[in-house]
Amino acid sequence: MSDAAIDAATFRELQEAAGAEFVAELVGTFLDEAPRMTNALAAALAAGDADAFRRTAHSLKSNAATFGALQLAALARELEQRAAGVVAAGDARALDALLAEHARVASALAELKDG
Amino acid sequence: MADRTAAVARLLIVDDNKVNRLLLARQLELAGHNAAVAENGRVALELLRREPFDLVLLDMEMPEMDGFQVLEQMTGDLALRDIPVIVTTSLEGIDSTVRCIELGAEDYLHKPVNPVLLKARIGASLEKKRLRDRQKELMRRFATPEVERDLATSGFALGGKRVDASVMFVDIRGFTTLAESQPPEETIELLNTYYTLMFDAIAGHGGIVSLMIGDGLMVIFGAPAPLPGHAEAAVRAALEMVETMALFSIERERAGKAPLAIGIGIASGAMVAGYVGTNERATYTCVGDVVNVASRLESHTKAAKRPILIDAATAAALGGRVPVEALGPVEVKGRAAPVEAFAVAASSERD
Repeated sequence: MSDAAIDAATFRELQEAAGAEFVAELVGTFLDEAPRMTNALAAALAAGDADAFRRTAHSLKSNAATFGALQLAALARELEQRAAGVVAAGDARALDALLAEHARVASALAELKDG
Repeated sequence: MADRTAAVARLLIVDDNKVNRLLLARQLELAGHNAAVAENGRVALELLRREPFDLVLLDMEMPEMDGFQVLEQMTGDLALRDIPVIVTTSLEGIDSTVRCIELGAEDYLHKPVNPVLLKARIGASLEKKRLRDRQKELMRRFATPEVERDLATSGFALGGKRVDASVMFVDIRGFTTLAESQPPEETIELLNTYYTLMFDAIAGHGGIVSLMIGDGLMVIFGAPAPLPGHAEAAVRAALEMVETMALFSIERERAGKAPLAIGIGIASGAMVAGYVGTNERATYTCVGDVVNVASRLESHTKAAKRPILIDAATAAALGGRVPVEALGPVEVKGRAAPVEAFAVAASSERD
């Protein structure tokens, strides 16, 4: 797996398929929506709602994969699969790696969007 | 957006994730389709029940109502079950794929959706839908709504089941002579008018047309759906048919054309009804001694000079609500034992 937050080839393919201008708008939507998703993960964890936690991680995984945020997708996938255990244990630290990678992806996407 | 034309398919995207919805909508728009969006299953079903759609792209993981529930509801709804569904999901594992297929999903695409694959799968699904729509259209034209519903709910299978029903045979008297005396185009037009009038009277009393041969019709009352009072329904349909033809004859005579008379035979009892033929070409019909009796009674209407002849079982089922006249045992072609025939008085005769 590459160290880059966004896989360049995936992102370029997306631009070619949907148009660069549209992808810029789509990135804007993701940057608006993503904090809601990370907040929802924390809230589901606090509320002990494993189903909501799994569903949100699933949604984040899907979006990350769309933009080529491969590491974020992998981290979200892991949380999706471990949802029941993480929520049962109330393991808030399980979110740390995902939140850090999300911040890295968000700034990389913001740059790609304007660039 | 451009007007909906036959070439533009209308698709519904169901996904709770906004980025996924926007991206799919964009991909469909680029492929020349017209797309609407719904953010969960409940909203999707509301839209599907309100507007016509050619295809649904369905996410599985959704709050409120998930994709599995949408598939279940669509399969159970006659108006929605034929709309193809392509599942788009990042759910993993063979289990969810199998479950989607079992619930009737047409195809399965993994997210993020590859645009080339998406286009190909949509094209294939729409083509299949067009074929199914054409079949349904043909079905509407050649089968009755009852048979169509029976096929839709219990599926097509050759073979029959025993039913208690009434069967009716109808013929135009002297049709061959009439057909010879006029151009074929006029005969076709006449047949179309005749069929329209007869089908209307038959359907109005719950009958279904099983066979059409030239000017002859075979009609079943009481199958595939049971019909309480099927014998009386058949007789009342027959009376309406005779009366309609009398009115139609008056019109024809005014136009300087020959009047038309029909003969109707009805018999009731146990018979076997079902799909007969091959898997490629079949018709819903019934067989049994009762069917032969009805056919013979119809043939006998000419000799008896009565438009409607019925058998003893049909006459008994009327319970005196429709006046009948016992004609006694009648020798009919193809049967060793004579048949007790009863004539139903049509009002046009009493005039």
